[in-house]
Amino acid sequence: MRGANAALGAAGLAAFLALGEAVPRLGLVEEDYFPPTSRIADALGTEIADGSFWTALGDTLTGWALGLAIAIGAGIVIGVVLSVVPYLREATASTIEFLRPIPSVALIPLAVLLYGTELRSVLLLVVYASFWQVLIQVLYGVQDVDPVAEETARSYGLGPWARVRHVLWPTALPYVMTGVRLAAAVALILAITAELVIGAPGLGARIAVARTSQAVPEMYALIVVAGLLGLLINVGARSVERRALAWHQSVRGEVAV
Amino acid sequence: MLDVRGLKKVYEGSGRRVEAVRDLTFSVAAGELVCLVGPSGCGKTTLLRCVGGLLRPTAGEVLLAGRKVDGPPPGMAFVFQEYGRSLFPWMRVGENVELPLRRKGLGKARRRELVADALGSVGLADAAGAYPWQLSGGMQQRVAIARALAYEPEVLLMDEPFAAVDAQTRADLEDLVRRLWRERSMTILFVTHDIDEAVYLGERVVVLSASPTVVREQLKVDLPHGRDQVHTRVAPRFAELRTRVYEQIQAAKRGTERPVKSPLPRQG
Repeated sequence: MRGANAALGAAGLAAFLALGEAVPRLGLVEEDYFPPTSRIADALGTEIADGSFWTALGDTLTGWALGLAIAIGAGIVIGVVLSVVPYLREATASTIEFLRPIPSVALIPLAVLLYGTELRSVLLLVVYASFWQVLIQVLYGVQDVDPVAEETARSYGLGPWARVRHVLWPTALPYVMTGVRLAAAVALILAITAELVIGAPGLGARIAVARTSQAVPEMYALIVVAGLLGLLINVGARSVERRALAWHQSVRGEVAV
Repeated sequence: MLDVRGLKKVYEGSGRRVEAVRDLTFSVAAGELVCLVGPSGCGKTTLLRCVGGLLRPTAGEVLLAGRKVDGPPPGMAFVFQEYGRSLFPWMRVGENVELPLRRKGLGKARRRELVADALGSVGLADAAGAYPWQLSGGMQQRVAIARALAYEPEVLLMDEPFAAVDAQTRADLEDLVRRLWRERSMTILFVTHDIDEAVYLGERVVVLSASPTVVREQLKVDLPHGRDQVHTRVAPRFAELRTRVYEQIQAAKRGTERPVKSPLPRQG
């Protein structure tokens, strides 16, 4: 079943690539703007051989990883504090609901004003976008604590910190993992957007350069790289999730008793 | 060992005032196994949560070995009805049993010893590495009992622990509690809505009234120490005692003010 699905998936991808080759060659679309698959593949090969491509990839990954790490750390700490301290959640709820829907790209002018084209510009946008993903999931997760589990912990004399560590945190972890997975994807989008629009060094800036210099196949090759990066990040996040939540219903599946 | 004096608990909220427990006074001697039984909804769980220090009573007090209980005392262990939610699914069975011991500040070797001993006495010596959700309901409740045993409490509180397991498992678990009580000379306060269970298990049965709750009657169970499911349950004395408790519960449900005075023949 699994093998058959994989084969179908591969066949679908092959068909898509073949279509990408055939349509420009047949003249259905302008070849200058939609180069056939083989030319994109060629350009990709050239990129990979170029040292400055790897520098750009490194820059993008640095912005992504650093921004994501800050967002996850801040999201978890602030989320737990908001939930644990009485009244804080209610006091901050409306502010959060106001700030959360602000699109991160709307902050691009602010980022440019503050930091110009530095890495910090990228970080500002990445952190702003992914922080909310984590925070909201932590807030939901913490509310899911089972009162019986909480009472059990209290009856065995576990203090507030021990209850956060042994009851609240494991309960919230499945939610946190979802938040991290969403945040990882959003962080990549924002990292590349920031580079593309602001011109901070990275894959996005390289795409912009390829566009302005009419290097259309190279532009597509870089877009493919960005797509592959997104794919890898999602696969990676899912595998981390499965490992961390082996005990959880969503991962363990049905158990014969 | 355990003294409950004038305990009263009133829940107040959203304009409603519910008096769950009105005035409860009883005590449990060291090494005694006392069953609390009452009609459903009579505030048994509220009472036990107050005794365990999980709920603050509106009035009255609970004393454990002469010390006032405010907050869960180290000398008490709680076994909940909802074993599936009381055990942590993210920890293996051994870790679940060990967790409270870590809070007690015991050394690693001592903890391991206590965990192995507790799991051994409930017949789950080789389940330490399993996750709770890999076990059957009865086994999960035995893990919860093992966790309480390893904690070495002065008083073990059990809140309708067998209400959610099937009848056969239930009989096994009842015998397990009797055996552990005799082997370890523990003090146990056992809450149940099952009259047969209360009489079969207890050395004494405290019958509660309907809510707002008071103690309706206290009954000494003068059955022999060695009890078994087959013979004890058909003994004439068992039938008399359960009839007596049954009448009290029925009267409590009807809300009769004075206890029924049906004669309870002394055992000769």
